[in-house]
Amino acid sequence: MAYRMVCLMKQVPDTRNITADVLREDGTVNRQALPAVVNPDDLFALEMALDVKDKYGGEITVMSMGPPAAIEVLRDAMSRGADHAILLTDKKFAGADTLATSHVLESAIRKNGPFNLIFCGRQAIDGDTAQVGPQVAEKLDIPQVTFAEAIEFLDQDDIVIRRAIEGGFERIRGRIPLLVTVTNAAANPRPPSIKRKMFWKKAQTRSSVQSEEEGEMLERGLLIPVWGLAEVGCAAEICGFQGSETWIKNVENVKLTAHEPKSFDTSETGIKELINELINEHII
Amino acid sequence: MENGVWVFIESDSGTIADVSLELLWKGRELADQLRCELGCFIIGHQVSDAASDLIAYGADMVCVADHAQLVHYLTLPYTRIAVELIKEYRPSIVLIGATSTGRDLAPRIASHMRTGLTADCTDLQIGEYKFGKRIWKELLWQIRPAFGGNVIATIVTPETKPQMATVREGVFRQPDADPAREGTVVDLKPTLTEQDLIFKIVERVKAEKKVNLKSARIIVAGGMGVGSKDNFELVRELAGVLGGEVGATRAAVDAGFVDHERQIGQTGVTVRPNLYVACGISGAIQHRAGMQESSRIIAINTDSDAPIFSVAHYGITGDLNEVIPRMIKAYKEKD
Repeated sequence: MAYRMVCLMKQVPDTRNITADVLREDGTVNRQALPAVVNPDDLFALEMALDVKDKYGGEITVMSMGPPAAIEVLRDAMSRGADHAILLTDKKFAGADTLATSHVLESAIRKNGPFNLIFCGRQAIDGDTAQVGPQVAEKLDIPQVTFAEAIEFLDQDDIVIRRAIEGGFERIRGRIPLLVTVTNAAANPRPPSIKRKMFWKKAQTRSSVQSEEEGEMLERGLLIPVWGLAEVGCAAEICGFQGSETWIKNVENVKLTAHEPKSFDTSETGIKELINELINEHII
Repeated sequence: MENGVWVFIESDSGTIADVSLELLWKGRELADQLRCELGCFIIGHQVSDAASDLIAYGADMVCVADHAQLVHYLTLPYTRIAVELIKEYRPSIVLIGATSTGRDLAPRIASHMRTGLTADCTDLQIGEYKFGKRIWKELLWQIRPAFGGNVIATIVTPETKPQMATVREGVFRQPDADPAREGTVVDLKPTLTEQDLIFKIVERVKAEKKVNLKSARIIVAGGMGVGSKDNFELVRELAGVLGGEVGATRAAVDAGFVDHERQIGQTGVTVRPNLYVACGISGAIQHRAGMQESSRIIAINTDSDAPIFSVAHYGITGDLNEVIPRMIKAYKEKD
């Protein structure tokens, strides 16, 4: 059976390598200065979907909710072998917490039509909540398997998945339709094909191309559909900032007090002094 | 029991998770402040005996859902039972441990209840919130480091109930048991549907927890400054000599230097040892949140401006490759 799959992906600021260049004077990170990347776990989710497609056949639609610049995530996913891409962007989607995000994604998935499997990364590195996947599954009223490492068996509607738990793993058996969140212990993402990459590099959204180019872009399949509030068909009051039930009361810069530790030099004498002090105070 | 504070009690083969007891400790404090009751619910098999313990640990009411098919966590029936309880008892606050189970269950419940949920809180308080002319009194302040360096965000859920938060192990204290405490036990006698059991666990491999960072008196932890998996041996060696445990930052864990179970910080475990030796750790707030209450902190870093020095009691600006061997030598030579 050929499976209809949706893969949810997100563009995130790369928080993995925060260097001094992106720190403001007060020690906070200038988010805009960080490079935008595909959320790492989402690439593992796409790989799992591509593997299902390779083995059993099917089609993968990749969706990303974010600003227009998030089209880059879709270009990347198409270069790796996804079949369709949809950019979910609207000013009304901005400022969404995980709940509001899940409303938009649920509506977009339903709008996209019947599906068998939905994949997303375990968590996004900019918030680490791991909440959106389960929240979408609940709204779609389908089961979920979180922290998935591998699909070990798939035949028609039957599926066996290995998922990580504290200090081990579980093998869990059930039926699709299903939403799966994938960890970075799953199979490594394949690289984009160079040919596809060259092709998809040119992909644009309709609003960003000149009208005279539109016909040609459409013909070559390079126009990526953009769904806003109207296309997704989600009520404005449950999207974005308005639909968020967690509100930020305040954000505090943690001022590190001008506390000076007692310092020791790195010489043998310096270190000995430290060790002796710890011993004298019965700490070690 | 309406408007109470509720805790989800996670259990595995009858043993209650530490994080659930820690949440009972915090939940008791919040409930006292709000002058309301502290409830909890436990789902599993042969968990009825736990009810009296949970009351001794501070719960006023324990709801028990015992069923042979619920011996291990399953998303659908656990969510359904939790949602039904929340709809019946309408708690004002629901707290859940940020374990693999809690992180699967909590968003599912929050999505169903259409309410807010804050992950990995490092503190919970009760306070008011003003927005324009509106004032909410006695809201749950869900406090956590936010993305972006030295920033702590306070998050509130003013307009929907319950207010939900997850918390990692070690953030709060274990409560003391008071066997004389009294409370109510409700036996839910759940019936499961075919739909509830659409997924079944066919195999489960779970190693006994090998490391217990929370109870370690001495922890020697390494960050990216350690440089490589091989070089982490130095950290292990110092920990071994001092009779301590090995810890690590998230970056060091992500880089594969050590196992995830040794991760200290907001998304790992929170520790309060007598001595914490931070080797090659710069001291991002997410890490400091998990270790700054250690009695004594030694920081070893080549960068004298690293934030770790501002929480340290002893500082050594230098290369850990030189410093650690000298520490080992000095300790071995003690009289």
